[in-house]
Amino acid sequence: MGESLRDIKRKAKAVEKTKQITRAMNMVAASKLKNAQLRMENFRPYAQKITEVLNSLASRVSGSTNPLLAVREPQKIRLIIMTSDRGLCGGFNSNIIKSVEGFIRQRTAQGQEVSLICVGKKGRDVFRKKVPVISQFIEVLGSFNISLASKIGEEVLGPFSKEEYDELYIAYNEFRSIASQKPVITRLLPVSAEGETPQEVPEGAVEYVYEPSEEELLAQILPMYVRVLIFRGLLETSAGEHGARMAAMDNATKNCEEMRQTLTLRFNKARQAAITTELMDIVGGAEALTKAG
Amino acid sequence: MAEELTLEIVTPEKLAFSGTVSEVTVTGTEGEFGVLIGHMPFLSAVAFGELNYTKEGKKVYFAAGPGYAEVTESKVTIIVETAETADAINEDEVKKQKEEAEAQLSKLGKDDETYDKFANALRKAEVRMKVLEKKKGTEKH
Repeated sequence: MGESLRDIKRKAKAVEKTKQITRAMNMVAASKLKNAQLRMENFRPYAQKITEVLNSLASRVSGSTNPLLAVREPQKIRLIIMTSDRGLCGGFNSNIIKSVEGFIRQRTAQGQEVSLICVGKKGRDVFRKKVPVISQFIEVLGSFNISLASKIGEEVLGPFSKEEYDELYIAYNEFRSIASQKPVITRLLPVSAEGETPQEVPEGAVEYVYEPSEEELLAQILPMYVRVLIFRGLLETSAGEHGARMAAMDNATKNCEEMRQTLTLRFNKARQAAITTELMDIVGGAEALTKAG
Repeated sequence: MAEELTLEIVTPEKLAFSGTVSEVTVTGTEGEFGVLIGHMPFLSAVAFGELNYTKEGKKVYFAAGPGYAEVTESKVTIIVETAETADAINEDEVKKQKEEAEAQLSKLGKDDETYDKFANALRKAEVRMKVLEKKKGTEKH
């Protein structure tokens, strides 16, 4: 007769409980995602302003000697990889880890040394035995602000100016939508300002007086720009994590529901089978009695 | 004042302030400067320091920076990494930070690599204290 009725009932109960948990996690992720998206929204004007002023400065200051613009033959490379601290978010972490593994393989094949700066536990756990990890920021994504970007910035800007390494990259999941996050790897240092060639000054634009000099202003804006890019990565990662978790938990809830339906069906069948057997027994018994009588 | 200056303070977290004011004072890297309506257009680096604006005769203080300020004839846009009003500053915490930075600095020599870091922290704590005191000052009147 296979499993007993009680077994099936117990299983169904367990699945129901799991469903409650996944549904709760889905709702928590949804509210955190909303928050993260709001922060991304609020960050946009700031990022845009910094980028604008950097580009306009870069087009005016040609041949700047700022150390953050120095292009060197890349031999030593650093990469900031951003993952989440916690799992249960589908392929969110494995996707970015796979891209970074590919990147490291490719660079190592070219004879370049790659070392990592890890944000988030998942990435660190994968890489710490394979690649030198210079520093790590663990359990910080729960609540962070621009000062986290400053801390990471401190970690990378000084050594770059001192020529301890030649290029800095950043890898994170870009938040496209709840269902899709795309791993991106972009170069942070040396900074490539988009306005290398002097841009046409638009009609009616005001000529500014720069204080202190343009060069010094650039020296202040460049690290800010790097922090903007780091902060953007953090925001995208945080939104992406919650989005991915929301989708994963939504799926899990659906699967639980399906499983519970199958179990109910099986329970009903088993019950029917039990009733049938019992009936057969009674009928069999009755028949035996009439034959005897 | 009839003609008023539009001020925007933009930080990574939010638009810290947006509105019309009669005067703005900013701590630039080259020293403090005030902006009234009709100012010559210019762009200045902003250091971490005190920032205040006057609206309807009242001064509002921030501890803000680093970043830059863009000034045109009728508009000031201040782009800074942080802008904290006195209300957002925790006095006890700042005191603790200040003492900590002072203690570290007294131990370290000027050539120490981390000296700048703590000197910076001390300066930030001092700016925050100043903003707090100014706020208290305005409340008395």
